Order: sequence, then structure tokens, then C-alpha cells
Amino acid sequence: MEPPQTSSAVTLRVNGVRHRLRDLDHRTTVLDALREHLGLTGAKKGCDHAQCGACTVLVDGRRANSCLLLAVAYDGAEVTTVEGLADGDALHPLQEAFLVRDGFQCGYCTPGQLCSAVGMIAEAGGGAPSVVTPPGTAAAGAPVPLSPEEIRERMSGNLCRCGAYGNIVAAVEDVTR
Amino acid sequence: MSDPGPVRLEGREKVTGTARYAAEHTPPGTAYAWPVPAAVPRGRVVAVDAGAALAEPGAVAVLTHENAPRLKRVDDDTLLVLQNDQVPHRGWYVALAVADTPEAARAMAAAVRVSYAPEEHDVVLTPGHPRLYVPEKANAGVPGSRERGDFDGAYASAPVRVDATYTTHALHNHPMEPHATTARWEDGRLVAYDSCQGANAVQETLAGLFGVDKGRITVVAEHVGGGFGCKGTPRPQVVLAAMAARHTGRPVRLALPRAQLAAVVGHRAPLVQRLRLGAGEDGVISALAHEVTTHTSTVREFVEQAAVPSRAMYVSPNSRTTHRVVALDVPSPSWMRAPGEAPGMYALECAMDELACAAGVDPVELRVRNDTAAEPDSGKPYSSRHLVECLREGARRFGWEARDPRPRSRAEGRLLVGTGVASSYYPVFHMPSSAEAHVTETGRYRVRINATDIGTGARTVVALIAAEALGVALDRVAVEIGSSDLPAAWLAGGSGGTGSWGWAVHKACRALNAMVDARGGTVPPGGLTATADTADDIPSDPPHAMASFGAQFAEVTVDTDTGEVRVRRLLGVFAAGRILNARTARSQFIGGMTMGVGMALLEGSTMDPRFGDFAERDLASYHVPTHADVRGIEAHWIDETDPLLNPMGSKGIGEIGIVGTAAAIANAVHHATGVRVRDLPVLPEKVLG
Ligand code: FES
Ligand code: FES
Repeated sequence: MEPPQTSSAVTLRVNGVRHRLRDLDHRTTVLDALREHLGLTGAKKGCDHAQCGACTVLVDGRRANSCLLLAVAYDGAEVTTVEGLADGDALHPLQEAFLVRDGFQCGYCTPGQLCSAVGMIAEAGGGAPSVVTPPGTAAAGAPVPLSPEEIRERMSGNLCRCGAYGNIVAAVEDVTR
Repeated sequence: MSDPGPVRLEGREKVTGTARYAAEHTPPGTAYAWPVPAAVPRGRVVAVDAGAALAEPGAVAVLTHENAPRLKRVDDDTLLVLQNDQVPHRGWYVALAVADTPEAARAMAAAVRVSYAPEEHDVVLTPGHPRLYVPEKANAGVPGSRERGDFDGAYASAPVRVDATYTTHALHNHPMEPHATTARWEDGRLVAYDSCQGANAVQETLAGLFGVDKGRITVVAEHVGGGFGCKGTPRPQVVLAAMAARHTGRPVRLALPRAQLAAVVGHRAPLVQRLRLGAGEDGVISALAHEVTTHTSTVREFVEQAAVPSRAMYVSPNSRTTHRVVALDVPSPSWMRAPGEAPGMYALECAMDELACAAGVDPVELRVRNDTAAEPDSGKPYSSRHLVECLREGARRFGWEARDPRPRSRAEGRLLVGTGVASSYYPVFHMPSSAEAHVTETGRYRVRINATDIGTGARTVVALIAAEALGVALDRVAVEIGSSDLPAAWLAGGSGGTGSWGWAVHKACRALNAMVDARGGTVPPGGLTATADTADDIPSDPPHAMASFGAQFAEVTVDTDTGEVRVRRLLGVFAAGRILNARTARSQFIGGMTMGVGMALLEGSTMDPRFGDFAERDLASYHVPTHADVRGIEAHWIDETDPLLNPMGSKGIGEIGIVGTAAAIANAVHHATGVRVRDLPVLPEKVLG
């Protein structure tokens, strides 16, 4: 009998660049593929158990905890990390707002907060309600307005032990208002 | 408008993901390590069978007490990992797997078979534990026990008395970056990228452990993902990584798994605090006893100095402040943000609220009446103390005047609404540090000091202090911090970083200006360099007591159906010397207050008596505040000019924010409901009774 296959070739498009990992261990997460194989250490490992949000990236346009995704299952996926948010030297408006609002201290949760906020804004823009969205606020598919309460609810998967929450919400409001 | 302060100098790196933390340096050939924690609460390792682990593809080595490099003893036995067969508590590391990849290391660790000879264990702190003793010193070198006047007599004759016991459970720091080290040996030199609060402390400890001259060790901590005390001194990961790198001859990365942290990086110990306040009808305190019972481990004595605030806060002519501790078979406790002050002020400030109720005095007014110009225990006058101003300013901003003092006096539908107040306090520490300032021929400056930025804004504040001392614009000053190769300095702890580093930087910059002046204002090719050391400048026994003070006001809602408590508003007003960077200072205050919300309502872990383990070890079970828990937190400060502190006139601000928060919230819960919860966190079931 053939020994079980434990590695595969996996292709990820990260921040617009195609990377082919020729012999990737099936146990490797998207997070470890980014950090250990592609040298993209922007996405952080805070818990490795989908409990903190530090590893949040955008996978095919949606935010995801990359520590929870096995890379082999995401062959061909389009991944955006914090390194891909800026346009050359021009920071993404959220990155600017985080600087001005001091939306971080140690910075370890920050890449996850930024990617999560980008995904969150798109979700609300696409009409996805949250648990705090009053029923009937928006017609199906119409954008849900991002009140501070909506932002807090939708960003609650991203922990910040430094306690920068208030400043993060203010930064998000700066770009959504 | 007042100066908002500069944005963080390293901010751009942090928001673009290019700032590199300890686990993000990968020298060629790096191997990955994964620890094996002890699976019994106490006993001996009888055998380690590494056969299956070493058969894993990519296996490099398994380190155990039988083959690991020998260490010399230093002043912290928690670092003597893999040196003998003893298991002092569950979770203590008994082996380390090393492999070519992280996946293989993890699989190896799971495959290591350890057999134990378990022994009886004792992990439960009880107020009547037979092995309790009074330590000579508690943390920070304070006396374990103090008596002033005649507490018993004064308390017995006091017309108003409060006698209440407050309990808190183990708390965990959980910085978002778990402890991590990347270590490599080259030609007898050790380089370690370590997630720590001070590279000099790590360097010196590694030198001692490995018997290597510290000049042959470089520890780098350029960016650190939070610490809150649990990275204050070296932790086992740096020792294990250095051992594994020596054993395998390869660079080794060790990033501790989140769920292992509770057992190996320190915790805030559980506390039982009995407060007795005796006062006149006017609420002025005549007798104060603060008696603390806590645990430490059998590995290292660490005593949370929770009674210390009662030696400093209020008039108390007759006072007893004591600590009793028992060494249990538990993980070693250590520093967590405001050790001593945070839990001690929770108990004292709740007792003050109870006294206010008992005496029928407004809680703000009660604190004002018990204000003191001198530190009661030492008799030393405070260099500056603006507690009353913080209380008054906070009351004004919060709208305290309109408060109906009766519990359960405000309802909104099924919500009860209440407000509470508490004081904040944190002492000022200065520790010797050294710094170097350099100017180029073209008038650019470079300041070098081994300060550590764990998120405080240290890099930015060091540059600000330098620019001010030099009398130049901020953008002409470059700063190098975060490496033991730089001039040695105190760690980021005890809220003493800015004061200690700033003093040395200020001195070096002034010396540099004097050198330039002596040359008629010219700088020669190659530039000029000045160095400074503050070892002789910092008085060992200053004539004044020095501390930051503050007042916190909380408004909570309590759901009468579910018992859920929500903080609607939290206001802190602080008097903490001169604030050097408003932008980052506000973040420090608010960050501390946010952790205080966690302490009040969410955080606490349970020691499992049978397994000898904290039951809540990960972020799914140990709840820290999230976005949704934090609303309406505001911090303000009173400008304080105090020339007796240091050349900048600054006090520390990293910890005072967490001091008083839990009491303000617990007092607000009492005001809302009439229920006095004396056990943190204030969970729904305790409110509903
Ligand atoms: S590291 Fe993925 S959620 Fe924490
Ligand atoms: S900035 Fe430190 S955890 Fe969020």
C-alpha cells in the first residue's frame, strides 16, 4: 500500500503575487504558510486556535482567522494580508487613521484589526446584518450603517490586550463616516 | 488646543506589518521547538521515552533533564528547566521537542512518552491553611508586615466600623504576543531575539545560567507584543531556546503555545483580603487593618504586596498591614500590571465605599476627608499629591453631584443603573540607567539606550525627551532602543521606564550640548558623543514619598433578568506628573482601565483541586475584554509640576490605569442593585444571588 500523502503542491496568490509552495506539509495552516514559508510575518499568531483574531487576513475577499485554515484546502485562494493594504507608499486610509487615532500600542493585534476592519466594512456594505442590527434597519442587500455599536460588535473577534478598542473604533469611524 | 503629541515613531512599521517581533527573525537553518508540559501536579519524572518522537519525519532532538545542557543557579529557580526529575507543578516543562518544521515539532511533542511517579499535591489556598507564614518581604521589597499605633484598641472604640473580606482569583496577563525566542550560538556567542520587557535582565540572567560572559550575549527586543509584567524578567522560553540551540548547533525558535502560558509565565495570585476600617461619625479613619492571604509556588517565593496601598492612601493613625503566604504545588505567581496595587486597591476602595455607606458620607467626600499630605507609613511628605483634585475634577466631569446615594434608586426598564467611584494610586520608581547621545557634523542626533517599547510608546517618548533636552526639533533625533548591545537600562516595568530612561537620556543630551558649547558651538568631523549613567543621581532613600494618584468613576447597568453587568461609562482623572506625550499617555491610561474592566467583570481562573491546573488556560475560556465590552472610557489628567521627581517632572503611567477600576465598577454595581459582591469578577450569578 502506498504511504499516505502528507504534503502537496499549493498555490496561493498573496497580495497579488502568485506563490507556489511545491511540497507543503498538509498540517501547515495558511498563517504558517505566510509566516514561515513566504516571509510575510504581518499576520500574527496570538493563539493558533481562532480565539484572538491576530491572524486575520482576507481570503477571497472575506476575513478569516488564518490559523484555522489548512493551506492545502486553500489551493488557488486569493489572500490579502496587512502587507497588501497600502498602495505602495500610500497607506490605506484605515492605516492612516490607526496612526492618528493611536489605534494600537504594542501593535501585535494591529494587522488583524486592520484586515478585520477592511473585511467588516465590506460585509456591512454588502448588507450583512450583525446581532445588534435592529431588524428592518436596512432593506435586504442595502448597506448597514456602521454605528459605533455595530463596529464594536463586528470587531469583537479581534482581541486587543493593550486596550486600544476605543481608538480603533474611532479610527474605523474616521474612514466610514 | 493642547498639543496632541506625536504619533508613534514605529507606527508605520506596525500598521504595515513590517515591525518584526521575536518569532519573526528566522536565521538560515532555524529549527523549531515545542515544549512538553508535566502531566501530573507533583512528583518525579521516572522515564522519558523519545523513541516515537524521534521517529517523526523532520525530528531533530528531544531534550530532557538527562541530556539538556547544565545550567548554573541564578536568583530565579523557575528558569532551571530540564535540570532534574522533579515536577513542582502541572505544566512545568519536562521535555522539549526540536524539529525542522513547526508542524513536526508539535507532533514530536505529542509523541514524547513521559512516565511519572506522582506524589500528593496541595494546590488550594485557604485562609486557614496550616502552612501559612508571614514573609519577611513581599514583592518590590516591601515589609511583609507593618504595625503603627494600636489598631485593636482604636478599632474597638471606633463609632463606625467596616469589616469585610474580598476575594480575587488567579489572573493571567495574556499579552497578545505569546512568549517567544529565536536563539542561536555562533563561536561561543549567543544571540537571542526575545519577547521581553528588558533585554539587559535577560542578558544577565542567561550569562549566569550558561556561565558565559555577558559580553558574549546579545538579547534583542526591538518590538514586543505586550507584556504587562509577565515578560519583566526572563521566562523559560528564552532558556529553553538557548539550550536547544546549543544542543542542536542550529538556530532554534520557540514560541510558547497560548494554552501553556498560565503554567509557566507567572500569574497574579489569588488573594483573600480582610479589610477593617474604624472611623469617627464623620468618616475620618482612626483604625485601618488590611490583611492579605495568598499563595506562592514551591519553586519561588513571590508575594503579591496587596496591603501596600493601605500604607499610603489615607490618614490611618492606627494601622496593621500584613501578608501571609503559603507555598503550594502551583505555578509560580509573578508580576501582573500593578502587582499589589491593583488587587489591594480593589479591596481598600470597596471597603471605603462600605465605610461611606456606614457613615452616611458621600464616597467622594469621604476620600477627601481622609486625604493626607504625608505617606502615613513612612511619615514622608508626598512630593506632589493631587488626589483631591482628581476626585473633584472627576466628579465635575462625571456629573456626580446629581447622584442619589440610595442603592436601587435608578431604573431604566429592566436595567438598574448605578455609579461608583474609587481612587487610583501607583508609586514612582526610578532605576539606574545609562544612555548615549551623539551629534553629527551636520547637526543630526542619535540617542542610544536599551529602553524597551512593549506598546507604551517608549521609543517616541525617549525621542521627545532627547529633543527637549537638546533643544532641537523631534525630527532631528533618531533613537535606537531594544538591544542589550546598547547602553544598559532598566526594564519596562514598575511604571519606571520613562522616568529611568528619560533621566539618563536627559543627562546624556545635556552633556552633549555642553561638549558642543565648550567647542564654541562647532561639531568636529566624526561628530561628538556623550554618555551618561544615573547610578549616582537617583537617591536610594529620597526624603519625599512619590506616587501618581487618580480617581475613577463608573456607571454600570445591571440587567435584573440576567444579572449581566455592563459598563456604560468609565472616567479616569489622573495626576501623574508631567504628561510627556498626550497621544500615547491617553492610550496607556485607557488601556489600563480596559484591563481593569476585565478584572472587574470577566477575568479569573480556577485552580482545579484535583488536577492542580488552572481550568481556564486559553482565550476562549479566560475572558479578556473585547470591543463589545468597552464603551465610553475616557481619561483626563491634571497637569502636575513636581521638580522633586526627575529632570522631566514625570511619573509613571503604565499601571495606574488598572488601579481602582474594579472597585469603581463593583461599587457602582452595589449602588445599582444594593448587592455587595466581594468576589471578583462580578459575574451574573453573584449579582442575582
Ligand atoms: S492566532 Fe488565529 S485567532 Fe488567534
Ligand atoms: S495593540 Fe497590543 S494587543 Fe492590541
